[in-house]
Amino acid sequence: MKKWLKKYQQYIWLVAYAIATIVSFVLGFDPGKAIFGNFSKSLIEMVTFVPFLFIIVGLFDVWVPKEKIQKHIGQESGIKGIALVVLLAMLQAGPLYGAFPVAYMLYKKGASIKNIFIYLGAFSSMKIPMLGIEIGYLGIEFTLARTLVSLPLFIAIGYLMERYLKSKHFEVKDGSK
Amino acid sequence: MFKNVLIPFLGILILVSVLLYLIPPSIISHYLGAGSGALGFAIAALVGAITLIPGFISYPIAAGLIDQGASYAVVATFMTTLMMVGVVTLPLEIRYFGRKVAIMRNVLNFIAAIIIGLLVGLIMDVVL
Repeated sequence: MKKWLKKYQQYIWLVAYAIATIVSFVLGFDPGKAIFGNFSKSLIEMVTFVPFLFIIVGLFDVWVPKEKIQKHIGQESGIKGIALVVLLAMLQAGPLYGAFPVAYMLYKKGASIKNIFIYLGAFSSMKIPMLGIEIGYLGIEFTLARTLVSLPLFIAIGYLMERYLKSKHFEVKDGSK
Repeated sequence: MFKNVLIPFLGILILVSVLLYLIPPSIISHYLGAGSGALGFAIAALVGAITLIPGFISYPIAAGLIDQGASYAVVATFMTTLMMVGVVTLPLEIRYFGRKVAIMRNVLNFIAAIIIGLLVGLIMDVVL
């Protein structure tokens, strides 16, 4: 029973939420409706961007040979490698959790630890589509200041993570458990 | 691979929706508004770190905060922790990087976000 619960835990969670939502709508329970409103907004964000990221991951897997990745953003890649991962991240879109599968792919193809974390940092807050929206709402000065202050800190985090993890057994998993 | 990831993603979305209901934008605006000071800064960092609000909701909130007179430091910290740190998505992140590394990444990014918030505030208020 315990094993069964653990195996299907995620599905139970989804089904329970679906039932709670239907009941909320039938009985007119407002918090349930409001939560569903939030859920649908996040879901829209997910279905607009995340499948696209998976396509990138797929294409990457098939088209880009490991030697190329290792050479350009691997252990010995230096400044050029950093510039490349930042550029790669900036050209993408979507929520941060969508970048984890990409990080797995980069790892699998031999990207350095430093570059994987720099990629995640740049992905989290320097994506060009989001910068466009940010400029619209908060102005170019704010966006530029935030981006230019953030970048060196991401790079520093990349170096720190690499320094700490280099001697450890670090691996990125594919997320399927 | 996509199928394996889809279900946990949906689980995260449910968690996010419930949290967003418990901490609605109106409350966020109330506590982060003008003159919120150090407490506002701390709340901005923590709320941003815990929740995950899609960009097209968070940018209007941020713009509204500025209009209400919130400081740039508070808004920059809020936006940055929102984007870089994810306590709700931590279970998902652990699947990819393992517990220790995921927590480490979040802690380091949280510290970075506070530095970013303070520096952006300084640049916007003092330099520009």
